[in-house]
Amino acid sequence: MEEKNNEKNVEKTTEMKPKKKIVIGVIGADVHAVGNAILNRAFLDAGFDVTNLGVLVPQEEFIQAAVEVGADAILVSSLYGQGEIDCTGMREKCDEAGLKGILLYAGGNLVVGKVPEEEIVARYRALGFDRAFGPGTDPSVDIACLRKDLHMDD
Amino acid sequence: MSNILLIDFGSTYTKLTAVDTETESILGTSQSYTTVESDIINGYENALSELRKQTGGIVFDKRIACSSAAGGLKMVAVGLVPELTSKAARLASLGAGAKVIKTYSYELTKSDLEEIDSSRPDICLLCGGTDGGNKEVIIHNAGMLAKSTGHFPIVYAGNRNAADECAEILASKQCIVCSNVMPRLGITDSAPVQKVIREIFLTQIVKAKGLSKAQDLVGGILMPTPSAVLAAMKLLSKGTEREDGIGDLVAVDLGGATTDVYSMCNGHPTNPMTTLRGLKEEYAKRTVEGDIGMRYSIKGILEASSPYEISTISGLPEDICLEKINHLAENTDELPSTEEDQNLDVALACIAVRTAVARHAGRIEEYYTPMGVSYVQTGKDLGSVETIIETGGALVRTGYAEKIGQYALYSPNDPMSLRPKKAKILTDRKYILAAMGLLSTEYPDVALHIMKKELV
Repeated sequence: MEEKNNEKNVEKTTEMKPKKKIVIGVIGADVHAVGNAILNRAFLDAGFDVTNLGVLVPQEEFIQAAVEVGADAILVSSLYGQGEIDCTGMREKCDEAGLKGILLYAGGNLVVGKVPEEEIVARYRALGFDRAFGPGTDPSVDIACLRKDLHMDD
Repeated sequence: MSNILLIDFGSTYTKLTAVDTETESILGTSQSYTTVESDIINGYENALSELRKQTGGIVFDKRIACSSAAGGLKMVAVGLVPELTSKAARLASLGAGAKVIKTYSYELTKSDLEEIDSSRPDICLLCGGTDGGNKEVIIHNAGMLAKSTGHFPIVYAGNRNAADECAEILASKQCIVCSNVMPRLGITDSAPVQKVIREIFLTQIVKAKGLSKAQDLVGGILMPTPSAVLAAMKLLSKGTEREDGIGDLVAVDLGGATTDVYSMCNGHPTNPMTTLRGLKEEYAKRTVEGDIGMRYSIKGILEASSPYEISTISGLPEDICLEKINHLAENTDELPSTEEDQNLDVALACIAVRTAVARHAGRIEEYYTPMGVSYVQTGKDLGSVETIIETGGALVRTGYAEKIGQYALYSPNDPMSLRPKKAKILTDRKYILAAMGLLSTEYPDVALHIMKKELV
């Protein structure tokens, strides 16, 4: 099983701005570790300060971690089809925990069956997520979105 | 140098242990009733003359003391998220030998502050946020503590990026900044903060508690008593440079008011299919159950069990059990005199040990996933611990240490509790653990040998 990796990226960057902090992990009863490991690497390489919670992560743990590390965004992965159930109520819990307006992304096999990407996005936006990404999305797409949403290039 | 006197100034008893470091043996032990009010020196003198009856008029080359007198080291722990920095702050304080009055989370309110002030802690530990993490809450809490009317020192061990600002806010107070108890999410580092707490204890607390006279007499009170026990357990488990210890262990100190549990083991998940959730706890862990004790907290034992169970273990009818429990709660200095009382004490001790060790140990949860069964562990897995050490009058006196010790082990009635599966039970018959912790500061090999000999 995946080793929880909370290591911070120690590589030196030329940017003077502090790194943006993100919390990632696989939500619910989902143990798909590989995709999460790839995302972890990709985000570290892109210069983010990543807190990786690994697999089998409940909503509460994402939120507690985000509060302690002062995260700018929470990125939830789900590969096993139950993502909608697992993600329901997450935005409300964030509001409750004082993380009002925190950026929430979801990605993976987010729904059961073949559903057009627009509909997946619509369903997750209805759950309070800012963005949702379907299967096969390249990490560079998420990174570009994060840079835009967190105003990193302004 | 050969004869050493080890002193434990307790809240009710002053306990003495005389050791010969040449022969690595205990020359004698004694204890005497004391209160700070009745002058701690009298208790010491009485215990000493008692000890001399066993040892004769020997000269002590050195005296070392620890203390839990005058309420022990009272601390308040402040953190951010209850399961994370608040828990880390609490565990770090307990590991420093403190009595944690209360643990606070999130922003301190005005009434929290009033509560802290009226509880008169000796030290307040202020934590919150990982390094580079949340700053707002700890800055708010520093602001609240700055308004405190108390004169206790504040140890800052939170987000290092907010340390300077908090130190400035707390400029009117005594504020000592040290490294974060949770520098990264889930990772604890309590050694630096514990070192600072010990220094404050040495330089300020002993004096503030009116123990200066005792300190002058014995030449130094080195640490709070629980921290001496912790040092002894660490030594027994890990050994010294020259000699191996006995490996992973759990120790239970069952007292009249509280029950302390110590574990020395990594406690990492043993199954590769198990994920660890939450705080990664440290090798040396101490917990204190304030509601579990043989006399003052006897009602807590009843609450953790049922009259039916106490009756089953003790063999006494339920109504007699309840009657006796009520009586003992009122008469806290009563020791068992009849066989019935003895059986009741054994039953209570069994449940106290089970409850305290279960709260100390980690837990595992099963998850049925589309990929099969997975496990999530919180806290430490004590499953592979092979030694349990029992100390405290109630455990030693009953003569049923073996039976009571079995209740610390894994039980099919509570399979998710990660308690030791099978362990040898050792008893601290002479009540020497704190003394050996003190001795280990200068003679670790001697302390290790004596413990290996005396704990049987």
